[in-house]
Amino acid sequence: MRPFRKASLLLGISQTMTYVLLTLASLVTLAPFYWLAVAAFKNKEDFFAYNFLPPGEGLFGVAWERLSLGNFTRIFTELDFANNILNSVFLASTTAVLSTITAAMGGYALARFEFRGRNLVLAVVLTALVIPAPLLLAPSYQLLYHLNLLDSYAGLLLPAVAPAFGVFLFRQTMLNSVPPSLIESARIDGCGELRTFFTIVLPLVRPMLGAYLMISFLGTWNNFINPQIILQDAEKFPLSVALASLQTAYRSEYGMITAGTLVSIAPVALLFLLLQKEFIRGLTSGAVKE
Amino acid sequence: MNRHRKAVAPWVPYLFVAPFLITFALFTVYPLFQSIVLTTQQTIGPGFERYVGADNFRNILSDPKFWIAVKNTLLFASASVAIQMPLALGLALLMNQPWLRGRSFYRLAVFSPALVGSVFVGIMSAIVFQARTGMLNRSLHALFNFNPDFPWLSTYLMPAMIIATLWMWTGFNMIYFLAALQNVEKELVDSASIDGAGTWQRFLHVTLPAIRPVAGYVTLISLIASLQVFELPYLMLSRLNSGPENRGLTVVMYLYQTGFNVGDLGYASAIGWILALLLIFLSILYRRMSRDERT
Repeated sequence: MRPFRKASLLLGISQTMTYVLLTLASLVTLAPFYWLAVAAFKNKEDFFAYNFLPPGEGLFGVAWERLSLGNFTRIFTELDFANNILNSVFLASTTAVLSTITAAMGGYALARFEFRGRNLVLAVVLTALVIPAPLLLAPSYQLLYHLNLLDSYAGLLLPAVAPAFGVFLFRQTMLNSVPPSLIESARIDGCGELRTFFTIVLPLVRPMLGAYLMISFLGTWNNFINPQIILQDAEKFPLSVALASLQTAYRSEYGMITAGTLVSIAPVALLFLLLQKEFIRGLTSGAVKE
Repeated sequence: MNRHRKAVAPWVPYLFVAPFLITFALFTVYPLFQSIVLTTQQTIGPGFERYVGADNFRNILSDPKFWIAVKNTLLFASASVAIQMPLALGLALLMNQPWLRGRSFYRLAVFSPALVGSVFVGIMSAIVFQARTGMLNRSLHALFNFNPDFPWLSTYLMPAMIIATLWMWTGFNMIYFLAALQNVEKELVDSASIDGAGTWQRFLHVTLPAIRPVAGYVTLISLIASLQVFELPYLMLSRLNSGPENRGLTVVMYLYQTGFNVGDLGYASAIGWILALLLIFLSILYRRMSRDERT
């Protein structure tokens, strides 16, 4: 009986330790978000006076009446944040839809067709995966200058429609989950190639479709260096660039900066909460075989 | 089967691959070749260039600022990956306990910073690491009576960058380790414990070898990403410059400064190629190592 009791005691300690460590890790990770959210609602005075919520007579000992939406009002009235949000939504969703379609089509062609040059295309796609993005900054900028696409959304969108990584991911997915016999029988039934693709192939890779849409949306939403280099007109700025210039121009306006950051990260956090499963599946699909 | 096969019009596969291929050729393949041409040129903005031969590389190699950038970048990448990997694996091991409740909450909590792009993390860090007013010094002061004026954003910029990166990416890498751990065959672990292997031995001889391919992959992508770090220091320094004594200068930041502040796309491309060669070398090394392992 004794060794058993000792073992269960040890197990109890290790279970408690696990919970303690994980709770600690979660707290440390979430603390900056909490701090940011609180700071966005505080006035300047309270920002400097208190680390988190201002203490007072209200519920939980907090001076709730001192919090306000003032910082949010300022970024929407003194600055053009509503416009920046629309720009980000437009850029991220357009990029996500376009790049997902081209990647799925390209992946399908490489996975389920035999054609001249296929191996060459495949080799090029695999090579492109190791090209670091910063290498292409200078020559792409020059190219956009010569195409007269600087300071335009086309200059941001067009290069994003060539995602080698996406083509690679969709090719792997198609190889695993689109049986050739199904395409074959659709053809025998007289179904056109494009219709086969949209009504039979795409539904089969739906999880990947969701994951890639989201990865691409997030990637564009969080992209800074490309819009920073390509766009000049402040009216076209997405949130990332707008917030960075706010940070430079209003250095000590911590309330506005924190409110702006909160507004910038809230939509993606919401989107993620809705689509968590797909996203994590997509992330790990490249590395871990199911 | 083949007898019944319906012929596919020969242009069909090209139709599917065309949207990708055309944009890819124009916006990836062409700039890639142009980047080679640019390494032999000096430019003033995108419109004026002159041939300088191998001068760019010659100048870079004797450019002290470039070497500071290289030193900072290597230090940043190696330190952050070396701390991050064991931390991510440790968290994944904790979360892989079969009896754990609330796993999805913990996973989401630890993963959440990865959702926030490095631009927003950079801006957040610029405030959080602020001496006296920032959250970090205030909390550390309240908890451990830490110096509230500790200069994270000037003297200790590198540790601050590493902490910010750990905060952002540890949970992200943890997801990969957790997925790998969940794929380790349960029978293998069970039979090892029947054979009398202790927890530590089971981890060392069963679990670790089984997740090694994923660990290698995660290490590689983390290294590649951190060698390209840009937004984090750039925004933590509020775009003022590269910090006191260039403490926050990284290779990509220097590329950005020379290419887009100075306007010399040739010099920037040469820096880009040095970085690219380093990254390609790492990838080849990784492939070699994982191939040797398989045979």
